[in-house]
Amino acid sequence: MHNRILKGALLGLALAGMSMSAQAHRGWLLPSTAMVEAKEPWVTLDGAISEGLFEFHHVPLRLDNLTITGPDGVTTKAEGAVLGKFRSTIDIRLPKDGTYRLAIVSNNVMGSYKLGGEVKRFRGVEGTPGAQVPAGATDVTTSTTHTRLETFVSANDMNDTALKPSGVGLEMVPVTNPSDLRAGEPITFRFQLDGKPLPNFPFSMVPSAVKYRGTLGELRFTTDAKGEVKFTVPEANMYWLSAKFPLETQKGPPAPGAKRYSYTATLDVLPQ
Amino acid sequence: MKLSHSLVLTLPLVSGWAMAADLSVKFDLPQLNVAEYHKPYVAIWLERADQSVAANLAVLYDLKKDAAGDKWVKDLRTWWRKAGRDAKFPLDGVSGATRPAGSQTMKFDGAKHGLDKLPAGDYKLVVEASREAGGRELVKVPFTWTGKGKVAANAAGKEELGAVALELQ
Repeated sequence: MHNRILKGALLGLALAGMSMSAQAHRGWLLPSTAMVEAKEPWVTLDGAISEGLFEFHHVPLRLDNLTITGPDGVTTKAEGAVLGKFRSTIDIRLPKDGTYRLAIVSNNVMGSYKLGGEVKRFRGVEGTPGAQVPAGATDVTTSTTHTRLETFVSANDMNDTALKPSGVGLEMVPVTNPSDLRAGEPITFRFQLDGKPLPNFPFSMVPSAVKYRGTLGELRFTTDAKGEVKFTVPEANMYWLSAKFPLETQKGPPAPGAKRYSYTATLDVLPQ
Repeated sequence: MKLSHSLVLTLPLVSGWAMAADLSVKFDLPQLNVAEYHKPYVAIWLERADQSVAANLAVLYDLKKDAAGDKWVKDLRTWWRKAGRDAKFPLDGVSGATRPAGSQTMKFDGAKHGLDKLPAGDYKLVVEASREAGGRELVKVPFTWTGKGKVAANAAGKEELGAVALELQ
């Protein structure tokens, strides 16, 4: 029993850079801006995993699988990320005018198996050694969480090519361009799961600066029968949007074969 | 009076002390509609007019995961700065388990918490709640202690704490 817990703890620490624990740690991206107006537009992006929203005090978020979808719809892999102690940082050049999507999409697998009479737990990103079950293992149970973690930035102009959903997993489709969000002005988003609209679907928006404000100030909104929501946020700030499917995730190991989805996005809401 | 915890109550030697004063605190932990809910850590203490700590009453945290009080108890930032940083965990008669959402009542024996020797004056009962993946809020309930009789006072928080009411007699 102790052995398993210890192994679990060590495994958790080893994977801290790749996946998040089931507790309050969450990974997020933080762009320097959602709109750059310059002759040579660049944006810088931080990525971290932390307890406190937008605070750098735990471990970096690896940006190895960060992709950039440009205003022309072409997706490339981001290069040149620097891995620090508390955060990863990357400077991204925006060669074309329009809206870009910066996203990390991954499938995180967790589960257990029996090998040599012992029950072992594992957790890791799909396709990596940490997520593989060794030969000879029995009683294998696995569950997968499909995760999309993203943010948006526009250079000089806005367009919606990069905003088109992939049709895979839990996605937020911005109808209002994410580079055009203003406090007190209506924002329209849609939510879908594997391409199908999610009606009556709740999600949260938490503004930054929780440390200074004290209270969380979490705003909760729900999509309508068509999977669309129109809402306003009263305060200008950087926001973290979070949504998960299914809604009730029980504590402890999930049912074998269960699939979960997580969507988070960092959105910049400016004053009017 | 034996001081069973490391936080020393600096009670000046004045003649106007009260008879055994028992304190009852009722506080509301609101049911929150949030993406992730964890039971809050709560600290309750009495502060003097100059904001120094007159008595440490309760610190509710995860006694199993945080036995040494060195992980998340410091998220009770105000209490930590005023009393927790120098305290040795668990605090005798003060440390306790977290409470779920709902109306909670705690009673503090006058003699055990040094309230029977509380000098007359202006005080504030302070309740701080800090929630993992959540916010932190302080509610201060001011009251005047004449040395005898009964005192009742209340205040309310906005998010992490609801109504807070005290009764001292």
